[in-house]
Amino acid sequence: MTTPTTGQTELQEPSWSKLVFAHLQKDLRIEWRSREAINSMLFFALLVVVLFSMAFDPTADASREIAGGVLCVATLFASVSALNQAWAREIRHQVLDALRMTPSGGSPMFFAKVLSNFLFVSIVQVILGPIFFIMYNLHPLGEAWLLAVVIPLGTWALVANGTFFAALSIRSRNRELLLPLILFPIFLPALLAMVMAVKTILTGDSGDPTHLWIKLLGGYDIIFTTVSLLLFGTVLEAE
Amino acid sequence: MKKLLSAVVAIGVIALMAWGFYQAIYAAPADAAQGEVGRIFYYHVPHGMLCYLFFTVNFVASVLVLAWRRNFPARALAADAWALSGAQVGVVFCSVVLVTGPIWGRPVWGIWWTWDARLTTTLVLWLIYVSYLLVRRFAVGSEMQTLAAVLAVFGALDMPINYLANRLWRTQHPSPVFGGDPDAGIKDPRMLHAFGWNVLAWAVWGIALLVIRVIVERRAQRIAGSEAEAALAAD
Repeated sequence: MTTPTTGQTELQEPSWSKLVFAHLQKDLRIEWRSREAINSMLFFALLVVVLFSMAFDPTADASREIAGGVLCVATLFASVSALNQAWAREIRHQVLDALRMTPSGGSPMFFAKVLSNFLFVSIVQVILGPIFFIMYNLHPLGEAWLLAVVIPLGTWALVANGTFFAALSIRSRNRELLLPLILFPIFLPALLAMVMAVKTILTGDSGDPTHLWIKLLGGYDIIFTTVSLLLFGTVLEAE
Repeated sequence: MKKLLSAVVAIGVIALMAWGFYQAIYAAPADAAQGEVGRIFYYHVPHGMLCYLFFTVNFVASVLVLAWRRNFPARALAADAWALSGAQVGVVFCSVVLVTGPIWGRPVWGIWWTWDARLTTTLVLWLIYVSYLLVRRFAVGSEMQTLAAVLAVFGALDMPINYLANRLWRTQHPSPVFGGDPDAGIKDPRMLHAFGWNVLAWAVWGIALLVIRVIVERRAQRIAGSEAEAALAAD
């Protein structure tokens, strides 16, 4: 290979973090202009919260028991609709094919999508959280600050896996249907850990003094994010 | 020769399973605490152990699919047949675990099902591999094989969680009989015999099933290949 001599500086491979940043900038700009994902997720999650509230008509004690699950499931359903859109948007006008031809490879693109979707889902949760606490008459009896650890960890597990499997299912015939079918079983251990951790915090019981569920959730995040990053190139190039 | 060999294998498998049945139902003594219903142990535990074996076959074959898909497409196709068959037989064995468990749980615990870590992760394992089989229906061709292989890697991640579930947490599911607490486990040699024979019989049966599935799948691949070639030649 001869280095190009026309320019003053040599052509360099941009660093991984720069590539992630470029992709992230693009995703955030698209969302800022359309606000598709956040608006639809927000309304959908609100509907789920209202539906559960009416279906169960919980008292204050009961709502502490089920609130963690309702919040997780509302986020889950809402984000599935947005995650499908995240890749369907790239399919239009063959953007995905163009991105595949860039030398940057798959993993920065994937990581940027995870970051942007994580941000969108977190925004939805921050807006929805107070509404949720009001509608279910909640006041946590345990260490409330731990919620700020558990919820992002659970959201990360959902978004990292969801982005990966959305990219995988977008290649199949019935793309919208396939994502929940693959994502829900894989996400179940994280959902269980998240629900148990939130329930422990809200009810304030000392059933989990070593925070085993939170550690499990953290371990799940690390393992599944690593495997997703490693295998994303394969999914992108599959043909 | 081929026919003779398969007849001998078939008779051997049936004889082994009949011997395993005799050992479990007649030769082994009834459990002191559970009575006759404890004999379901000789079916439930071997199936649980063997479903790991078949999901491992699926995992190894899927990794080979990913490794070979570019340079050795023919070998990758063969590995894909093993991956599919491993998942199918594994799902059957895992279903047996999930069915025999509640049948035992109802008289012994008084409930059919509880959401403890072992039961939940087993159900998750089953769901993941059912979704794996669904993915294979939803997409076509070599693209589908790659995507399914990727999903299989994720499915395999759940296996250690499932294995460790009743070691990490205090579960309602009984603690490990083998490789656990030194005080636990079976002490009666007749029970150990019955258990060992049943593991062997069901393993041989499962492996025979796996090999038959692979042969059928390879044949289907050949037919699909020659059909594609004929379609190209007709143009």
